[in-house]
Amino acid sequence: MPAELTRILPQSVPLSWYLILSAILFSLGVAGFLFRRNIITVFMSIELMLNAVNLTFVAFSYHLKQVDGHIFSFFVMVVAAAEAAVGLAIILTVFKNRSTLEIDEVNSMKL
Amino acid sequence: MDALLFLTFAGIAVLCGINLILQTHPISSALSLVGVMGSLAVLYLLLGGAFIAAVQLIVYAGAVMVLFVFVIMLLNAGAERKSSKPAVRAWISLPLIFTFVILLGGLIASRAPADAAVRFGEFTGGTAANIGRALFTAYLLPFEVTSILILIAILGAVVLARKEI
Amino acid sequence: MNFYIVTLIKTGLVAIVLLTFCAYLVWVERKVLAHIQLRPGPYRVGPHGLLQPLSDLIKLVTKEGVVPADVNIFYYLLAPFLSVALALVSIAVIPFGPVVEVFGVQTQMGLTDLDIGVLVVLAMSSLGVYGLVIGGWASNSKYSLMGSLRSSAQMVSYELPMAMAIVAPLLIVNSLSFREIVAAQEGFNFGFLPRWNVFAGPFPQLASFLLFMIAAFAETNRVPFDLPEAESELVAGFHTEYSSTMFAAFFTAEYASITTICCVASLLFLGGWHPLWPAEYGSDLVPAVLFAGAALILVFHGAQAVKSRMWDRFTFPAFGLILLGVAALFLIPALKPVLIPLFWFAAKTGALIFVFIWIRGTLPRFRYDQLMRFAWLTLFPLAVANLLATGLAVALTTK
Repeated sequence: MPAELTRILPQSVPLSWYLILSAILFSLGVAGFLFRRNIITVFMSIELMLNAVNLTFVAFSYHLKQVDGHIFSFFVMVVAAAEAAVGLAIILTVFKNRSTLEIDEVNSMKL
Repeated sequence: MDALLFLTFAGIAVLCGINLILQTHPISSALSLVGVMGSLAVLYLLLGGAFIAAVQLIVYAGAVMVLFVFVIMLLNAGAERKSSKPAVRAWISLPLIFTFVILLGGLIASRAPADAAVRFGEFTGGTAANIGRALFTAYLLPFEVTSILILIAILGAVVLARKEI
Repeated sequence: MNFYIVTLIKTGLVAIVLLTFCAYLVWVERKVLAHIQLRPGPYRVGPHGLLQPLSDLIKLVTKEGVVPADVNIFYYLLAPFLSVALALVSIAVIPFGPVVEVFGVQTQMGLTDLDIGVLVVLAMSSLGVYGLVIGGWASNSKYSLMGSLRSSAQMVSYELPMAMAIVAPLLIVNSLSFREIVAAQEGFNFGFLPRWNVFAGPFPQLASFLLFMIAAFAETNRVPFDLPEAESELVAGFHTEYSSTMFAAFFTAEYASITTICCVASLLFLGGWHPLWPAEYGSDLVPAVLFAGAALILVFHGAQAVKSRMWDRFTFPAFGLILLGVAALFLIPALKPVLIPLFWFAAKTGALIFVFIWIRGTLPRFRYDQLMRFAWLTLFPLAVANLLATGLAVALTTK
């Protein structure tokens, strides 16, 4: 079994595979963002998109043999954490005022 | 071995991502997102980013997602109900997104350098010392600005989530 | 291939030892608590209750697993599994001793040595919150939900002072790998004072050690921070609705995390496997002397057994002989490089675990709001101040 696996699988993973994986995850995030109706799930799709972008940064950091991609990814994580904190606080306030978590029902500024 | 690890964890990431957008209950989506982050952490390890992998697990999967799960539990969010609007937009847009992914993937595969391969252990620059050095020399300004950003976010979250409005 | 086989053997050994140790930690805790409270503790099952963990295990496993009707069954079964898995993973990055040569194979005592070992321990403790959160939420009961919310809020709040208390000695050592942290604490100042991080360096890390221990109590949900699982408060908190094997899993996860955190504390602050005074002044004889002394005490008490405890006449001297054999083991020169560091590491970890149990028997528990206030208004500023002071000391003393 291991011998057949070593024949089919490549010796090392091409960089494009990482980038394609990132593209797939990003589009999954876009699909979730567009089609889900629960605010929190929409927010989580945004986090999925940010994660996909992080993977691209780290992959190119490997390719260019520099650490700058890691730094960018670090800052993306930090900003995502800050955004999650404030966004969830906003969601809590919206829920307190309108008692619903569906984005279709939060469609006017007037309560 | 590299390829096997990559395929396993990339498969887990994609499956968890699909699960995230297909599940109706937000908790299942949240835990699928944790699964995505965990498998991405392994992929970062394969790419030589040990520090980033650990930070992803500590900050992203261990703090941000815990916050998500907290809020879902506190709000007692139930499963999504069926939409009253017709699903026309899904029928049109999903094939479009699918085409977008195929085109993007093809573009990447054709444009990527042919000999660019990822071997575990080739990039040793992702250590904590390197990242720390870069953060405190070349990227000092963004570092300080993000610390102020986090302070603002904390203040905003505390103000927004107070009981009396 | 050799490397894989050796690692497999080591993994099996560590897993068996850790799980047995967690089971017998239950016995140790019950005995120590009992003696603090002036009562004998487990006594009848086996000589002096030594088979109590075995009977507890058999009871827990053969009990009927009552699954309430309204639970979310997937997450209900996932939560104990997740708890145990995450609690046991951290032991992989903890070294127990230096590089030794056993049967001609040179290997390090410990499963692996990552460059980011400290971060892995932090990551596993961050992810450990999920076991509680999912377990409490899936149980679909008020007590479980409240208990899990409080417990996870407590764990997340105390992660911050714990991380800052961990970073302070790292500023002195300049590495995230546990082996390098222990290697930096090697040697003795003035010929006999150990260079442990608690005592030596540009800034003695006593405050970090205390902060770490206090945060460790909160991270493992132990008294005085055990409100989420206290029996008199929330029934049993997040594991109210769990029975039999799943409850045993949560239990094992708690004791495994206690062991891991005490191991981390002894590696970071107490010098790991380095002895208290140099080997040329006789610290190699300490384990042999301790075990021989314990054996003599046992034989002495066995000889004085009263009529109501007649079995002691036989069991005590038998244990005494076993301990004499262990003491003799520590004198064999071929085994010394393996056993002596292991003894010192185990002694320091064991002392810290004893402190955990001692405090459980002594202190009352915090109320929840006192607990959170203590974390954010007292521990966190102290941790930040300690980190700043350490940084200042390191910056002023390095060239």
